[in-house]
Amino acid sequence: MQAFEYASPATLQEAIALLGPKWGEAAVLAGGTDLISLMKDYVDTPKRVVNIKGIKELGGISKAAAGLRIGALVTFDEMLASADLKLYPAILAAVRGVSSPQIRNMGTVGGDLCQRPRCWYFRGGFGLLARHEGKNLVEDGDNRYHAIFGDGPARFVSASSLGPPLIALGARITVAGPAGNRTVTAEKFFVSPKSDSDREIAIKPNEIVTEITVPAAGRNATYEVRQREALDWPLATASVALRMKGSSVASARIVLGHVAPTPWVAAAAEKFLAGKSLTQDVAEEAGKTAAADAKALSGNAYKVQLAKVAVKRALLAAAKA
Amino acid sequence: MPEYRWPEMSQRRVMGKRLSRLDGPIKASGRAKFSQDINRPGMLFGAVLASPYAHARVTSIDISAAEKTKGVTAVKVTSPAGTEIQWAGTEIAAVAAATEEIARDAVRKIKVDYEVLPHVVDESDIQKAGNRVKAAGEQVTGDPDQAFKDADVVSEGFYGCPVLTHCCQETHGQVIQWQGEKIEFWSTTQAVSDIGPDLARNLKIPAENIHVMQEHIGGAFGSKFASDRWGAEAAILSKSSGGKPVKLHLERNLEQMIAGNRPSAWMRAKLGAKKDGTLIAWQSQSWATGGVGGGGMPPIPYVYTNIPNRRLNHSAVSTNAGGARAWRAPNHPQASFLTASAMDDMAAKLQMDPIEFFSKNAGYSARPETYRRQLVKAAEMIEWKKRWHPRGEAGAGPLKRGLGVGFGTWGGAGHASQCRTVIHADGSVEVELGSQDLGTGTRTIISMVAAESLGLPIQAVKLNIGDNRYPRSGSSGGSTTVGGVSSSTRKSTLNALEKLFELVAPALGAPAGELEAVGGKIQVKGNPAKSLTWRAACQKLGGKTISEMGVNDPKLAPKEGLNMGGVGGVQIADVEVDVETGVVKLKKLVAVHDCGLIINPKTAESQVYGAIIMSICGALYEERILCGVTGRMLNADMEFYKLAGAGDIGEIVCHLEIDPENDKRGVVGLGEPPVVPTMGAIANAVANAIGVRVPTVPLTSDKVLAALEGRNA
Ligand SMILES: Cc1cc2nc3c(=O)[nH]c(=O)nc-3n(C[C@H](O)[C@H](O)[C@H](O)COP(=O)(O)OP(=O)(O)OC[C@H]3O[C@@H](n4cnc5c(N)ncnc54)[C@H](O)[C@@H]3O)c2cc1C
Repeated sequence: MQAFEYASPATLQEAIALLGPKWGEAAVLAGGTDLISLMKDYVDTPKRVVNIKGIKELGGISKAAAGLRIGALVTFDEMLASADLKLYPAILAAVRGVSSPQIRNMGTVGGDLCQRPRCWYFRGGFGLLARHEGKNLVEDGDNRYHAIFGDGPARFVSASSLGPPLIALGARITVAGPAGNRTVTAEKFFVSPKSDSDREIAIKPNEIVTEITVPAAGRNATYEVRQREALDWPLATASVALRMKGSSVASARIVLGHVAPTPWVAAAAEKFLAGKSLTQDVAEEAGKTAAADAKALSGNAYKVQLAKVAVKRALLAAAKA
Repeated sequence: MPEYRWPEMSQRRVMGKRLSRLDGPIKASGRAKFSQDINRPGMLFGAVLASPYAHARVTSIDISAAEKTKGVTAVKVTSPAGTEIQWAGTEIAAVAAATEEIARDAVRKIKVDYEVLPHVVDESDIQKAGNRVKAAGEQVTGDPDQAFKDADVVSEGFYGCPVLTHCCQETHGQVIQWQGEKIEFWSTTQAVSDIGPDLARNLKIPAENIHVMQEHIGGAFGSKFASDRWGAEAAILSKSSGGKPVKLHLERNLEQMIAGNRPSAWMRAKLGAKKDGTLIAWQSQSWATGGVGGGGMPPIPYVYTNIPNRRLNHSAVSTNAGGARAWRAPNHPQASFLTASAMDDMAAKLQMDPIEFFSKNAGYSARPETYRRQLVKAAEMIEWKKRWHPRGEAGAGPLKRGLGVGFGTWGGAGHASQCRTVIHADGSVEVELGSQDLGTGTRTIISMVAAESLGLPIQAVKLNIGDNRYPRSGSSGGSTTVGGVSSSTRKSTLNALEKLFELVAPALGAPAGELEAVGGKIQVKGNPAKSLTWRAACQKLGGKTISEMGVNDPKLAPKEGLNMGGVGGVQIADVEVDVETGVVKLKKLVAVHDCGLIINPKTAESQVYGAIIMSICGALYEERILCGVTGRMLNADMEFYKLAGAGDIGEIVCHLEIDPENDKRGVVGLGEPPVVPTMGAIANAVANAIGVRVPTVPLTSDKVLAALEGRNA
């Protein structure tokens, strides 16, 4: 790890002032479960680390007019313990999927959304796009855990398990910077980088995620395909949120996780579902529709099947919820 | 001379009890000291610079910036210009500095230029391995060609398991101090008595000058016999830094890359059988890699060694990857998995119940009765008769259950071991061996044996191990420790006791041979009225002590009967496979093992659980992944190098065959045998559940789905 200067400001304004206008100069430290690994591997080498854990206003879960407000510093465990979150099984399933008590104790919502990709080439120092001596390491190398969706040059998968349910539920993310606060939809928060110097989230180097607002929800669920119960990344997930009209679906949001450089909105499947009642066959068809434009790499064709099943099972779980 | 027998099963007071391990509390509470916990006054920290390339030549190396760094005390180049690097992670240079941070920063200031050479890191397809393949030569027994003509059924298949790493929780390394002539060595080793001479050879100094110390060790599994290059490197750094102690342990990524691994094993096999299920022919082409040196020759056909007509071809493939080391029952898990899979496929083709098939052919093994008995017992434990279904007939719905059988064998006779028992006039007892407790319960069982012999409570025995100044005891490998140390301890304690008997015989008015030690007393046999307390007996020593040796010599041990080797084991796995996602869950696994005399059923069962868990990882999750393009290990961490967690293990039920017949064999090692059958049992259970063979482990989602879709290579 490269030596760094450490700051632990008490207010958001101070924290923002301590962050620079360039990526890599300073880093925000929340739970540290990802940042410390990045620093140990020299993937991130900030000159200054700004601990935001002392900023009171970034914590807490509370009800507001626009829905449920979740502070950026709320930990996974605090979410599990919250009675208010019971209405959002799609979020809780994703939280439970981070199946390590240590990470659930330390890891925060803001950190989950801002964590860097786990692509082994990125973590090995080959950059977000994993290019090396004219080769695309993901395409030519081992891509068993990589993306099956996306048109851009990036092939890693978005690591955040909270991204898909938050998008499905129509959440908004509040970001504070030198010019004040702004909100973005969770959907717009994630972007697919075009170059190694881009980021995979739409915030600036001197901005801090402060809170997430989740509107009231109808039926919702997340299904994760997991190899192990031990702490592990899901192979594919699907989060769904449904608005029902009688026994049929008025509108659906279907968002896949761990299959693309961003959470992946399955727009065709959403359209397909509108007006249908949710039978086993319809759920299965929705899964197929969601995966129709998948493009497998040399070693990850199985993920196409997993995406289909995740969508089907998430829909059936939501129908029962 | 006393008679060195074990007490009758019914007469044992301490041995045979389910005692918890003595070091449990200090380990659970973090007080146990491991090599990595050792901190010495003035200690420096070592760090290693490793090659990022799998195959390259070092063309130049410049250490000047590192040397000039404030706080750096020594820099040692280990791969000078001209060195050909054969695997990623090879040490290029090492640095010692006042703090860990300085050492790591300094390492990054070393400038190395490489000429990158072409590498081979994938041997799973032997066709692509080119001139890296070295054939061992064909072995033919009987007339396989004729036998295949005579066979009613022929079954062919491809099977394989990739390279695994040891994943020691405590990475390799040491704290070491080379001051003047002497070296103080706080090791992490399975060879307390042997690692000193090994380091001495590397450093060209007398072995007596090296003092080895080790209280506890965080895993070894066969990878920690040698002092290793980093042992010598750290010693030299210490010497060059004015004799200050140096702490140098590998970081996790290097641990995974260079501190040993288990060779892969791949096999194309063809089996021939008669309609009644009698196997008559075996033909296999197998290959394996254990790094640049090739290596790894699984003994196939495994257990069913004497199939009458065989043609075997094995090749070693040299790859640019860290070298193999012994891994818990070297070569056996691979051989077992390959053989059990191929035989299970034959049973399916014959439409025969595998239990019947494995039992019918058990005559080809060295211990047919053992296997037949164990197959029956394991089948009973898993309710085979009620629950087994023919392959693929697991019913409707996406979740399919299946059962599968695996088997194994091992040696496990005791190693050479010396023990000293010292009885003091105040009644205290010290038992000393230059042995080590790998976390297997060695401390506990030695103490139990000593307490048993001396008629004392276990707390009355002070056990000293983990130091090479104690009498030499063998390395812990091959499941030889329990037999070795229990036998030497038994003999040493009985020898010491005899001396005590001689001393107190006059006072008790009976010849020494008529005395016994029970319940903290020395008494005339069967007559508690004529007794002295242990303390009173020892007081008769006056200013003297009793100090007696006991030796286990493997050549003489079979005649003495205190320990023995040669065991069999059978396991049956019960799995559930989600055929829509390809995810496999182990629901239950039953293990039946014969094991001679069991000193402590609890620690013995722990060995079985631990071994099985290790192989559940190999069956379902773990593999070393090397990148074909960069030649680097992609999962040199504990994130993508996947091991089972508590929730992934399922229920393990173990049955150790504890009975008078087995007991008569004496002590037999158990650390390795139970790791052997598990992969085969799980792979066969998956085939039984889903109706097709998933040819290679780990049985991950991608492979299970590929097998179901018929996309197999
Ligand atoms: C083996 C393993 C498996 C895992 N599996 C999963 C999984 O299945 N699903 C999943 O979602 N996660 C998983 N995690 C990741 C874990 O959830 C994240 O490490 C955690 O959420 C990060 O939160 P943190 O508070 O510790 O973030 P930190 O480590 O403190 O920060 C992470 C990154 O976000 C930035 N950051 C943090 N907070 C803010 C903020 N408020 N504003 C702006 N930037 C910020 C930091 O600068 C840093 O770049 C896994 C981790 C491991 C090691």
